Amino acid sequence: MDFINAIILLLNYIFIPALTYGSQLALGAIFVTLIYGILRFANFATGDMMSFGTMAAILFTWYFQSLGVSLGVLPTALIAIPFAIIFMIFYMLLIDKFVFKYYRNQKSPPVQLAMVSIGVMFVTQAVVRIIIGPSDRRFFDGEKFIIKAGEFKEITGLNEGLAIKSTQILTILVTLILVSTLFWFLNKTKTGKSMKAYSDNEDLALLSGIDPKKIVMITWIIAGILATIGGTLYGLDKSFKPFTYFNNMLPIFAAAIVGGIGNPFGAFLGGYVIAFSEIFLTYAYKKFFMYVLPESMEPDGLVQLLSTDYKFAVSFSILVIVLLYRPSGIFKGKVL
Amino acid sequence: MRKNLNVIAAYSIMMGLIILVGIFQSWNIALSIFNLCLISAVMTMGANIQWGYAGLINFGIMGYTALGGLAAVLISVNPVQEAWSVGGSNILLSLFLIIGMVLAIRYVLKKYDKSKLRTYIIATIIISGIILVRFISEPGIEAIEEVNPAKTGFLGGFGLPIIFSWIVGAVFAGGLAFIIGKVALGLRADYLAIATLLISEIVIAIIKHEDWLTRGVKNVIGLKRPAPYEVDLQQTDWFINLIEKFNFSKLNLIQDFSERQSALNQLVIEGSSIFVKLCYSGLFLVVVIILLILTQKALYSPWGRMMRAIRDNEEAANAMGKNVVKQHLLIFVLGSAIVGIAGAMLVTQDGLFTPGSYRPMRYTFLIWVMVIVGGSGNNFGAILGGFAVWFLWIEAAPIALFVINLTTSGLADTHFLKQHLIESVPYFRFLMMGIGLLLIMRYRPKGILPEKIEIK
Amino acid sequence: MAFFEGNKMTGGYGNGPDIIHSCSVTVDRGEIVSILGPNGAGKSTAMKAMLGLLNLKSGTVTIDGKDISNLSPQDRVKQGISFVPQTKNVFAGMTVEENLEMGAFLFDKDLKKLIDDIFDLFPILKEKRNQLVGELSGGQRQQVALGRALMIKPSVLMLDEPTAGVSPIVMDELFDHIIKVKKTNVAILMVEQNAKQALNISDRGYVLVTGENRYSGTGKELLNDSRVRSSFLGG
Repeated sequence: MDFINAIILLLNYIFIPALTYGSQLALGAIFVTLIYGILRFANFATGDMMSFGTMAAILFTWYFQSLGVSLGVLPTALIAIPFAIIFMIFYMLLIDKFVFKYYRNQKSPPVQLAMVSIGVMFVTQAVVRIIIGPSDRRFFDGEKFIIKAGEFKEITGLNEGLAIKSTQILTILVTLILVSTLFWFLNKTKTGKSMKAYSDNEDLALLSGIDPKKIVMITWIIAGILATIGGTLYGLDKSFKPFTYFNNMLPIFAAAIVGGIGNPFGAFLGGYVIAFSEIFLTYAYKKFFMYVLPESMEPDGLVQLLSTDYKFAVSFSILVIVLLYRPSGIFKGKVL
Repeated sequence: MRKNLNVIAAYSIMMGLIILVGIFQSWNIALSIFNLCLISAVMTMGANIQWGYAGLINFGIMGYTALGGLAAVLISVNPVQEAWSVGGSNILLSLFLIIGMVLAIRYVLKKYDKSKLRTYIIATIIISGIILVRFISEPGIEAIEEVNPAKTGFLGGFGLPIIFSWIVGAVFAGGLAFIIGKVALGLRADYLAIATLLISEIVIAIIKHEDWLTRGVKNVIGLKRPAPYEVDLQQTDWFINLIEKFNFSKLNLIQDFSERQSALNQLVIEGSSIFVKLCYSGLFLVVVIILLILTQKALYSPWGRMMRAIRDNEEAANAMGKNVVKQHLLIFVLGSAIVGIAGAMLVTQDGLFTPGSYRPMRYTFLIWVMVIVGGSGNNFGAILGGFAVWFLWIEAAPIALFVINLTTSGLADTHFLKQHLIESVPYFRFLMMGIGLLLIMRYRPKGILPEKIEIK
Repeated sequence: MAFFEGNKMTGGYGNGPDIIHSCSVTVDRGEIVSILGPNGAGKSTAMKAMLGLLNLKSGTVTIDGKDISNLSPQDRVKQGISFVPQTKNVFAGMTVEENLEMGAFLFDKDLKKLIDDIFDLFPILKEKRNQLVGELSGGQRQQVALGRALMIKPSVLMLDEPTAGVSPIVMDELFDHIIKVKKTNVAILMVEQNAKQALNISDRGYVLVTGENRYSGTGKELLNDSRVRSSFLGG
């Protein structure tokens, strides 16, 4: 019985949260990797672009709420997402037209584009803060839990409760659907393949008659979808705060690099690698050991390998280890 | 000569702007802007050495700044005897353990060839070392943090004059840069940027959460100053006499003695704060000038030429037998050390250390905007960038307020849009920085004062 | 009038100096023509001018009597001109089949049939169809590169040093493949460093020096020309 309790404990505090967090990171990491592979620069505005998309989703959610539209048990944000995506794509294409396009045509080095993305980061951050403010916002409505800890205890008769939040399941499901659609698009459709070709060998793609303008546009559209959905799911599950989104850029970048930058599937897995390591290393195992060990051997401390304050250290350590031992990432980079 | 004219013109405009602030807002504000401009200039010089001379992207500036600030605390605060007696030995023991760990790893690295076994040995050393250190340090840390937590709760420092921390801050920052450089400098430019950004976040996390060393988010206040205190000045005869002499004609217009006395008091209070700021300005100016002379000398030395050669064509420089990695490490350490000085200067001026205030936008990306706007590779440009961008950063809010009031003058004061915009005024500085950076990168990609190498 | 002609072409890259001066190259269907010459003679430049990768100051490029001097490279591809660059001529991270598909990006019709035609020409590729091109040998990669270029059923195929960096055995094999392609009534124009071998399979050749036509003639004539031999073929 204690053993089952211990398993439930791990499921509740490590596995499900890590799967959720990993999905959120994965969407961001695919965003980074797509832009890196096709537009060829490290986008430092990643976190802020995600926060822009989320902001749009929140504004539309408020609007629908004010109209009295609701999805019942599901969050209203789900109806808002498609509109937010359109808004977001419009913003991204605008930025591309006025900022990035010039440097692309100039064939500027990636470093310069990365610097330009810092300018975009400043602007986007300002726009988000001016429109919606810097404070913490929750915009989740609908049924919060699928299973509550108490209910679970009653049904199973276990000591340890399993609470599954609807946002967790929502995040995991939406990510799986979105990512499988994306991989189908990239690997099976002609346009998707032409994106891969463009990422692989730009000059030859041009010689084959692939239209770079179209490729760039589709990239921003996909990126807009990923950023909006990824950001909104994160906001639903936790909360929306522009500064947190800015900081999320770090684990997201780590995930993309660990997965082999330029490789979307690697980025997808990289998201989970980072999320699981972060939660594994910062979880306090005291209760777990109380279940599995005999009473005499129970630990005094929290049995926490690393304080949650140092979660960035996890991303960093993984990054360094991967870069030292497999510079191209776990799953080899540069293949879209 | 034309090039020098550009420099002189740009700096005159900058000084003119600050003087305008003095006339229209107040001399106090103008001087605080000027002092922070000087500190910013030191930071940009550090970043410029790395980016402009060597093309290294260092997004960890925030971390070095904070380390410099930490140095200021550790140097100037008096040691907390009680904390040392309850937990000092544990901390020292842990410190020796860490040193031992590092030495052991170095020994293993030297002694054995690269192999799986070696990796495992190193991993074992690290893991067992960390467990041991935690085991030993934990009771010590707890004890230290319990010593009068409202006032101390940390080990304190060495009780030396704070000015020494400017050098120690440089050493701290340089030391960290050395370690990071050893690990990360081989990386591609964009990976290096991410890695340094991550490290700076980790440094901040440590400073925020290791209360026994830094007091963490409880902040350290009331650091000793290298400059006189306003309250003391206001009691000092020579200072009052000085103020009196300065404002002699103005004071003489007032006939009534008590009125005259209170006017003088007012002037003394204002004057004392300006005097203190001037003292800092002097100190900072000395640092900026020394650094400027050194960096200019370096830039035009054979070493500077070599650095530019490496930056412009790493492979060719490598083929010519220049040790690129070693030079990059050197410049990485030097640049970071300069940033460390600035960090210590900042805390010295504020007289307090607030780990919670270190944010990447303010301490990393803003500095990068300064370097790029000013002109990377050109020291005069970098300093100018520090001045101009800091000036705009501070004056952005008043400017934004003015523009908002102008554009929404048709709306009632209670209109929600106007109220919302006025509440958002602080964020317009980000907008201005972003747009400024984008415009400069587009239309003057080499900055206001571009790099220009004279061939002599 | 030949099928594909570059007449008196003069030009260079960007605003740089002229690299080719009044240089003329012609090729007919079912013919292999080599452009030879010492380093820096403007061989590749002449070919790139015909592809439209640089702006001509004067001269014309025509295909089947039509003037295409002002068309972009992409539009020339639509006219049936295919090009195999010297380096990076495959999508290394994609499979053989995907590489071929990308070759026919502009043409929607009958992809299956087109790919089967290429597999008939290069049987080894059929075996490796689902393998990543980056994992193939150098010779196989060049076949993928050729195959990709042939996917649009070009009337003109231009090859920039197809044998650079491959072993002599692979080189012979490649030349065999090029002859096979020629037999499908394609006009083949190639720039080559391995002058002797190239002339052996070429119907005609041009020798360029400092961007101008110096010698021209059939492959045999050039091979037997003592001036050409002494200066470019190593005696």
